[in-house]
Amino acid sequence: MKKVIMGNHALSYGAMLSRAQVIAAYPITPQTQVVELLSEMCADGTLNAKFIKVESEHSAMAACLGASLAGARTFTATSAQGLALMHEMLHWASGGRMPVVMGNINRAMAPGWSIWADQNDSLSERDTGWIQFYCASNQEVLDTVIQAFKVSEKLMIPSMIVLDAFALSHTYEVVEIPDQAKVDQFLPPFNPPWRLTPDDPHAFGGLTSPDHYMELRYKLQKDMEKVPALVEETGKEYEQLFGRYLGQVEEYLCADADLVFVTSGTAGYTARVAVDELREKGIKAGNLRIKLFRPFPFERVRAVLSRVPKVAVLDRNISYGHHGIFYQEVKSAMYGQPVSPLIFGFIAGLGGRDITRDSFKEIAEYTLSKNKAEEEIVWIGVKK
Amino acid sequence: MSKERKMTLTIPREELMSPGHLACQGCGASLAMRLALKGLGQRTIVCIPACCWAVIDGPFPHSSLDIPIYHCAFETAASSASGVRAGLDMVGDTETTVLAWAGDGGTFDIGLQALSGAAERNDDIIYTCYDNEAYMNTGIQRSSATPVGAWTTTTPVKHYKKERKKDIIGIMAAHGIPYIATASVAYPEDMVKKFKRAREIKGTRFIHVFAPCPAGWKSRPEDTIKLARLAVQTGYFPLYEIEDGEKWTLNLKVKERKPIAEYLKLQGRFRHLKEDEIAMIQQEVDARWAKILKNCGL
Repeated sequence: MKKVIMGNHALSYGAMLSRAQVIAAYPITPQTQVVELLSEMCADGTLNAKFIKVESEHSAMAACLGASLAGARTFTATSAQGLALMHEMLHWASGGRMPVVMGNINRAMAPGWSIWADQNDSLSERDTGWIQFYCASNQEVLDTVIQAFKVSEKLMIPSMIVLDAFALSHTYEVVEIPDQAKVDQFLPPFNPPWRLTPDDPHAFGGLTSPDHYMELRYKLQKDMEKVPALVEETGKEYEQLFGRYLGQVEEYLCADADLVFVTSGTAGYTARVAVDELREKGIKAGNLRIKLFRPFPFERVRAVLSRVPKVAVLDRNISYGHHGIFYQEVKSAMYGQPVSPLIFGFIAGLGGRDITRDSFKEIAEYTLSKNKAEEEIVWIGVKK
Repeated sequence: MSKERKMTLTIPREELMSPGHLACQGCGASLAMRLALKGLGQRTIVCIPACCWAVIDGPFPHSSLDIPIYHCAFETAASSASGVRAGLDMVGDTETTVLAWAGDGGTFDIGLQALSGAAERNDDIIYTCYDNEAYMNTGIQRSSATPVGAWTTTTPVKHYKKERKKDIIGIMAAHGIPYIATASVAYPEDMVKKFKRAREIKGTRFIHVFAPCPAGWKSRPEDTIKLARLAVQTGYFPLYEIEDGEKWTLNLKVKERKPIAEYLKLQGRFRHLKEDEIAMIQQEVDARWAKILKNCGL
């Protein structure tokens, strides 16, 4: 069945089709439609789930974790300040190995107050031990929710599905709503290897001495390292059932490119249009959209970027005092490789400023005309 | 009195708490857990945030309780318990009792928002605050449950606590939840009865347990029960229940209340208090007692 739905509703449909059992959420612009639709689904019985209408995002994540540990499949959604308020509990989720799936609408952090897109909220949670997927279409949002539950529950690591405020959250697109029976075939009920039950009492998360703590973290990292292969595997399985492949990255005309843009989120689709236009002018551009950000898809990124001379990384975020975060990550992935491209870093679109085809043309012009970036960070569209 | 003696026999023999836990000598909180679980039984899951009990239970891989424990974040005893309840319901376990078990810091201070949220939603949990009147696990810092006049490491003798203890029962009663009770480790029959009663009620139940702390109160470990009893007998910590936020019942009618000085003088944390200051505390206790009697229609 095809439906015209907004990005936020794609999250709701994803949670519904995944048969989320407990949802705990708190409203924040631009996330609200996610939980409004889920509330309706719970109220009219479309979704058999308990919806805990908590008094804060901190409690939203805390309640999800309690439910997850009790053996229920759990979902929530938030944005920006809400995600920041959850920060402590994000560590709790991964450290406690509770496979919650959460939608996060990328919104700029205050102050000044902004409700518009940038990635500093989710990227500030880079090191919390969550799997992070960045999406570029409503279809991808819905499909990724279902895939994320599968990956998360297999490895007992939580997942965050990230989409740009308004550019995706409030944009309506045609979305194929998968058949429930087929989703059930892909995603069996949650059956965790351990849970809170009086039948088999255990203490979870208690005081852990230096004799044990490091091993817990080692195991988390080792399981994180299994994510890329599992994303490929489940992506192929999903493709067989639904005809859409879900991978770690999306390559667009990279094979013969002289210049590859590295992008994420909706900017990745704008980049594809810019690539087409540049190619019409005879410039061999390509686009590598990073979809899986944590764990970082080292192998795929290296495989693509090792064969191109120049790379321009676009960041809708900034690590103050350093660079754009994707720029840092790409450089780190390419460091020490036998063949490494010239890598340039660009910051654009903070606080919801538009990233357009012209932004990419400016980036292409800069990158192709220089053998080295003249500045550590090149700002696109900033009023200096 | 004969009725009291008969009640003694009603405390279940079953022990859900093992020796070998890490509580200090004379710890009221450890006794509180032992008694609470006698009332609740084995089909209980407990959420324990940062507090003394996060340590008392024992370090990984040990546990001194025969029930499942979720060690949750400091401010999330209530929200974690709400989540556990919803999760259990969805996996088909509607029988197990979900207990949130937090100290006074986790209840009066950092966890109050989540507790208010759970109470407003009337989530089906029992929330217990074992109150030792300061942040004892971190080394005796004042909380909003620390009584006026008390020394702590952050309210030194020259600057002892000037503010009154927060009225947590008043706050919880204002939420209109089905059941609220105070309990004391010096009155085990009463306490076990209250946990049994709470277990049979649906919705948010709040039990405030008075739990002396020799290390933090600078009292003798062997005086824990004596202090807890004096707190009741002086009217400092009366034993009562509130149903639906409105119907108040005094469980132990103290005919002749003992002077608060008797209670204070056994604790080093009040040693600096002068007579006029003790008199002021007495006035405060009297006023609160009168208010509780009035609420109970006495």
